Amino acid sequence: MSAFRATFQRELLLLWAGGGALAPLGYFLGATMLVPLAMGPDRALLAVAGPPLVWIAAALAVLAMLERLFQADLEDGSLDQMLLSRAPLELIMFAKGAALWCAIGLPLAIAGAPAAIALQAPVERAAMIVVSLALGTAAFIGVGLVGAAVTASVKRGGVLIALIVLPLFAPPIIFGASVAAGQDVGAAISILAGCALGAAAIGPVAAAAALRLQAE
Amino acid sequence: MSARGPFQDKPSIRVEALTLSRGGRVLFEGLSFAAASGAYVEVHGSNGSGKTSLLRAIAGFLKPSAGQVAFDGVEEPALATHYVGHANAVKREASVRDHLRYWAGLFGGAASEDFIAQTLDLGRVLTLPVRVLSQGQARRIALARLIIAPRPVWLLDEPAASLDESGKAVLNELIASHRASGGVVVAAVHEPLGATPSQIVRVPR
Repeated sequence: MSAFRATFQRELLLLWAGGGALAPLGYFLGATMLVPLAMGPDRALLAVAGPPLVWIAAALAVLAMLERLFQADLEDGSLDQMLLSRAPLELIMFAKGAALWCAIGLPLAIAGAPAAIALQAPVERAAMIVVSLALGTAAFIGVGLVGAAVTASVKRGGVLIALIVLPLFAPPIIFGASVAAGQDVGAAISILAGCALGAAAIGPVAAAAALRLQAE
Repeated sequence: MSARGPFQDKPSIRVEALTLSRGGRVLFEGLSFAAASGAYVEVHGSNGSGKTSLLRAIAGFLKPSAGQVAFDGVEEPALATHYVGHANAVKREASVRDHLRYWAGLFGGAASEDFIAQTLDLGRVLTLPVRVLSQGQARRIALARLIIAPRPVWLLDEPAASLDESGKAVLNELIASHRASGGVVVAAVHEPLGATPSQIVRVPR
């Protein structure tokens, strides 16, 4: 079994075993459920302003689970073992991000369809919203890996992660919200795909560099 | 078990005039020693003297402020070491078997689960998550890494911590067979493990 597959399987197992994969999903659905309650019963207002809010909820749901991402590995010595692996740390980080996307990003994207419809998005737009969220969460996770790695040795690093990562969440949110609102869908999806690919390419490399420094 | 050595190329390490510092404080300066193939080096020293840092520098995690660690007779220094630190690198939610399989993938070895479980007396708990096991059993899981993939240099930090008498006996057997196959063992200990070290390195204070 390759180091990539071993890491991928293990991360999936740990995410599911700890129930950690369900928490962001609950957060996401809970937050989107509160939006109509806060906005009041005006359906026209909700139809305009509601659907893009799934993106805020998705970004915060991903953000909420970044803090412990590498802290546990650093404290329990798992990071040392990753450094001694025959596979480069960059590849292991990519495996970790891929597992995170499967366990958290994809479920969030799928849950985005009912959430957006509940916020008065037209039903025919739901498929595009799922696709855009799948790309967007990949971008969030790629960027999030870096933020989590940089702050791995900081106790209560959650605030610091938010400061580092939230500005970098801006491009996917801008174009994702335009898909959710039904404007320029084709162009926005292309740009989201670019964000996702860029984050997937750069995120693991930067995260590995940051973690090497913290392994001392 | 044939997968564990022998190491044909006579692996050895040389620590040359090593100076380490942590947090701006110099731990020790100009430490040198050599460990040839088959050597068992015990590192002694008081708390905070830098035993763990020495092992981490040999493993390549910690950059020395001066001096170097040289490996001979190994293909790739980064892949030549096993490190068993204070922390066992185990996850509470994963089972013993999950750990063995994960490490087999990570290090490129074969997790012959039955052999490992039998050697380390983990057979009865193979499918249980680590959170229900004792400290000593978690330590045994960490030691399983040494068997999973053959690597010439073992760096052990207080390897006998939380082990019972039979665990220590197993550890000593592992070390003896690793030395017999030509490997190098460097262990930081407070209490001698039992096996006679070929060399004692005292980390100065």
